[in-house]
Amino acid sequence: MADASVAKPMSSAVGAESIVQIKDLHVGFKVFGGLLKVLNGVNMVVGRGEKIGIVGETGCGKTTTVKSILRILPGEARIFHGEVLFQDKNVYKMHPHELQKLRGQGASMIFQDPTAALNPVFTLGEQISEIISHSGTQPEGKKEAIKILAVKAFREATLPDAERMMETYPFQLSGGMRQRACIAMALATPRDLMIADEPTTNLDVTIQDQVLRLLKNLVDQRGMSLILITHSLGVARETTDRIYIMYAGNMVEVARTAEIFERPLHPYTTGLLSCIPKLTGGGVAEGIPGRIPDYMNPPAGCRFEPRCPKAMERCKKEKPEFVEVGKDHQVACFLYYQVPQNGVQHHG
Amino acid sequence: MTGTKGEELRKRAKEKRSERFRRAWYKFSRNRISVVGLVMVLAIVLLAIFAPYVTPYPKHAGAFVDFMTGSVGPSLKHWLGTDVFGRDILTRVIFAFRGALIMSTGVLVLVVPLGVVLGLIAGYLKGTWIETVIMRITDVFLALPPLILALAVSALMRPTLFNSMMAVCVSWWPWYTRLIYGMASSLRNEFYVKASELTGASKPHVIFREILPNCIAPIFTKMTLDVGWVILTGASLSFVGLGEQPPKAALGTMISDGAKYLPAQWWIAVFPAIAIMVVVLAFNLLGDGIKDMLATEEGS
Amino acid sequence: MGSDLLKRIGLSIFVLFSLSILIFLIARVVPGDPARLALGPRAPEWAVENLRKEMHLDKPFYAQYGLWLAGIGHGDLGKSLVTRRPVSADIREFLPATFEIVGLSALIMALGGIFLGVLSAKYSNSWFDGVTRIISYLGIVTPAFVWAIIFMLIFGYVFPIFPITGRLSPGFEAPTTITGMFTLDSLLAGDPRTAWDAFLHLVLPAIALAMGGLAQAARITRSSMTDNMSKDYIAAETAYGIPPRRILMKYLLKPSLIPTVSVMALDIAALFGNAFLVELIFNYPGLSRYGIEAMLNKDLNAISAVIMVLGLAFVTMNIAIDILVGYLDPRIGLAGRRN
Repeated sequence: MADASVAKPMSSAVGAESIVQIKDLHVGFKVFGGLLKVLNGVNMVVGRGEKIGIVGETGCGKTTTVKSILRILPGEARIFHGEVLFQDKNVYKMHPHELQKLRGQGASMIFQDPTAALNPVFTLGEQISEIISHSGTQPEGKKEAIKILAVKAFREATLPDAERMMETYPFQLSGGMRQRACIAMALATPRDLMIADEPTTNLDVTIQDQVLRLLKNLVDQRGMSLILITHSLGVARETTDRIYIMYAGNMVEVARTAEIFERPLHPYTTGLLSCIPKLTGGGVAEGIPGRIPDYMNPPAGCRFEPRCPKAMERCKKEKPEFVEVGKDHQVACFLYYQVPQNGVQHHG
Repeated sequence: MTGTKGEELRKRAKEKRSERFRRAWYKFSRNRISVVGLVMVLAIVLLAIFAPYVTPYPKHAGAFVDFMTGSVGPSLKHWLGTDVFGRDILTRVIFAFRGALIMSTGVLVLVVPLGVVLGLIAGYLKGTWIETVIMRITDVFLALPPLILALAVSALMRPTLFNSMMAVCVSWWPWYTRLIYGMASSLRNEFYVKASELTGASKPHVIFREILPNCIAPIFTKMTLDVGWVILTGASLSFVGLGEQPPKAALGTMISDGAKYLPAQWWIAVFPAIAIMVVVLAFNLLGDGIKDMLATEEGS
Repeated sequence: MGSDLLKRIGLSIFVLFSLSILIFLIARVVPGDPARLALGPRAPEWAVENLRKEMHLDKPFYAQYGLWLAGIGHGDLGKSLVTRRPVSADIREFLPATFEIVGLSALIMALGGIFLGVLSAKYSNSWFDGVTRIISYLGIVTPAFVWAIIFMLIFGYVFPIFPITGRLSPGFEAPTTITGMFTLDSLLAGDPRTAWDAFLHLVLPAIALAMGGLAQAARITRSSMTDNMSKDYIAAETAYGIPPRRILMKYLLKPSLIPTVSVMALDIAALFGNAFLVELIFNYPGLSRYGIEAMLNKDLNAISAVIMVLGLAFVTMNIAIDILVGYLDPRIGLAGRRN
């Protein structure tokens, strides 16, 4: 629907239109007994006003990828290589005040578990007021103005009794209401990008749809970009313009949402799609045999190789990079290296 | 047939136990500091047991006077120097470990079963009058800082090692009761406890066979740490003269006597003080190691 | 909240009441004749008999207790056998002195411990953190009376900066009693020189007392801060643009202080206990030294009174800590900490 209105930046060379560019990002975690090499050269571009989905199974590095944009990786994380650009500025070379501006006005994030994402010992009012007053969009010290904005944000997040929310502690709310409170905080002041890390996973099924719809509406109204992490292709299909498929620290395929479903290329993507139970019946989902690799000693070549039904000799030694296989469609798999890049016909 | 099968089972159980022990030891030994603690504790215990054989001047442990060698600083002959009566301080420190260890063992042997059983009963019977009685009595004993209670009680009795041990017991048991009470009152809502109740298990069975085994880890950890703290409390008592009486060696007494000769003959007070720090440190390191070991053991 | 507080106070009154019975029991059950002890072995039998009557030792136990309790009712705690004065007068003189030390000590412990803990957490796994952790360990395993001796050696003899005995230096006069605390009273009397001198006398004993609790508080604050640092809400608050320093000092600190403050109740109790030994070493005329002398001389009235006063202080402090924890952690409220 919004497809036509926004130009889609596709290759990592695109600059002007993009809001986020991640280039060959390698992130590891120092843990007891070694190093977990989690992100293994992630490439990603998000355009202005674009809604991106990142899909992949649990533990594939989706959260690490998006946390790197806001520079909120946990203390054990180390960036070994690559860069993250926000509006063409390297996030990791920013001055503190630039970083402050990125977090206050550039991007915002909501987390998987709203219970953990709200400070348990402060009222919602205290937390949201602090956020508004440090956003740099408000003249400081105007308590009344801040309060009005805060109440407005709660109201927009469809929290009932927004005035009273100011005095409420997180533990007094239900899970769905907590996530709404998080959305209110993330969107209390104008920003360009919203990152939502599995915002509905921890909620009741009945609430999931409401929260997702709310999020989508608010993002649309403001013309913000969105990065939505999910492991449900169904959710991604409803919400996003473009989908990145992620596996074990790599982006393995990217295409427009419709294209991913019509013409999945990477063996992992086809595997994921076959997991969706079809309304038309047709038996139990297959699933992909095997597990995500050990990040301490990951496979040397393509990380999907041990589980891949179409693995070749080459996959064991080399890591495949993104190749263009169609309009706005890239895939990181040696199967598509030899074939001409246009007009590929492949059925997963 | 059944005999061999039983043997087989027993053998397997034994193997499993030794396997678990090896795993626990591996986890424990991974942290070097805990191993240091263990070595220190073993050294202290062995020194104390064999004190008459390993100390250079075993006679100096009691009433011994030789003013000729009195107040000599640390030297090769007397590593930690001598006190005003000419007694070797190293010897007396090692002999003082004996009293300290006897006291802490005695206190724990008396206190732990009492405190734990009361805590288990009160926790399991939460909401009944039995819980009220036990916990209110516990509260009364907890209403005083433990050292003050121990001081008061031992002051009212004749100052001996045994009496100061009893005094420490009086102030120590409620802490175990409170710890176990908290655990038992939450464990009793676990499914396995409920399940065992539903199958008609008796109250003692539920308390001692279902709940108690799950409290062992924290009890064991607390006991290890407490050896150090009881020794410290005992030293505090003997510091003010309520404990082992001279001429027998006690760490607290040695420090308070030595403090009179500060700063010139500093070694008389300083070395026993260091000895207390070392003992408490050793049991702390060991206790922390055991805590980490049991924590990960449960986690995995 | 209000009714919880009333419940706590009611329970505390019950506990104190029971404590009084307990102490009375222990005190009267001990072998030996208190009157004989008081007068010494050479006193004539009739004198001992008179004293026994005066102390109601000839009456049955419950009557003795009743009389004692009635005495407390109108502020009469009996007579001290050691000072030969009413115990209440002794308490009034010595208690403020101990409060002065313990109060300063608690302040040093809380502020110092939290400060070190925060720094240690902020620079976790740096050399500073390593040094602090070693110091914490030493602080925890070293008894207060050993610290007292160490400080006395260093600051009393080697670098004589601080006075090491008593409450005031020679040449200074005790201020007129208002609160009984010399520093405060001198200030109220407009005599800052005396106040400063009295304060200097407090420094070493207060620090010696504080060391253990300070180390403990630093350790707990550090570990709960580093635990909380990896919580989502800290990442979220950072992502929402709250400056890191503000997060550290407010949004990370407040939840991390809950365990520190909860443990502080025990640490302050330990202060009162260890004050017994530290006052003795610094020859500081406080309640604890008075209590020790009473104990060594089996001065029953004085012992009971000291115990009751300390029990009252401890119980009150526990309620105060509970209120503080309730303020820090809205999930707990007032009644919850114990369970």
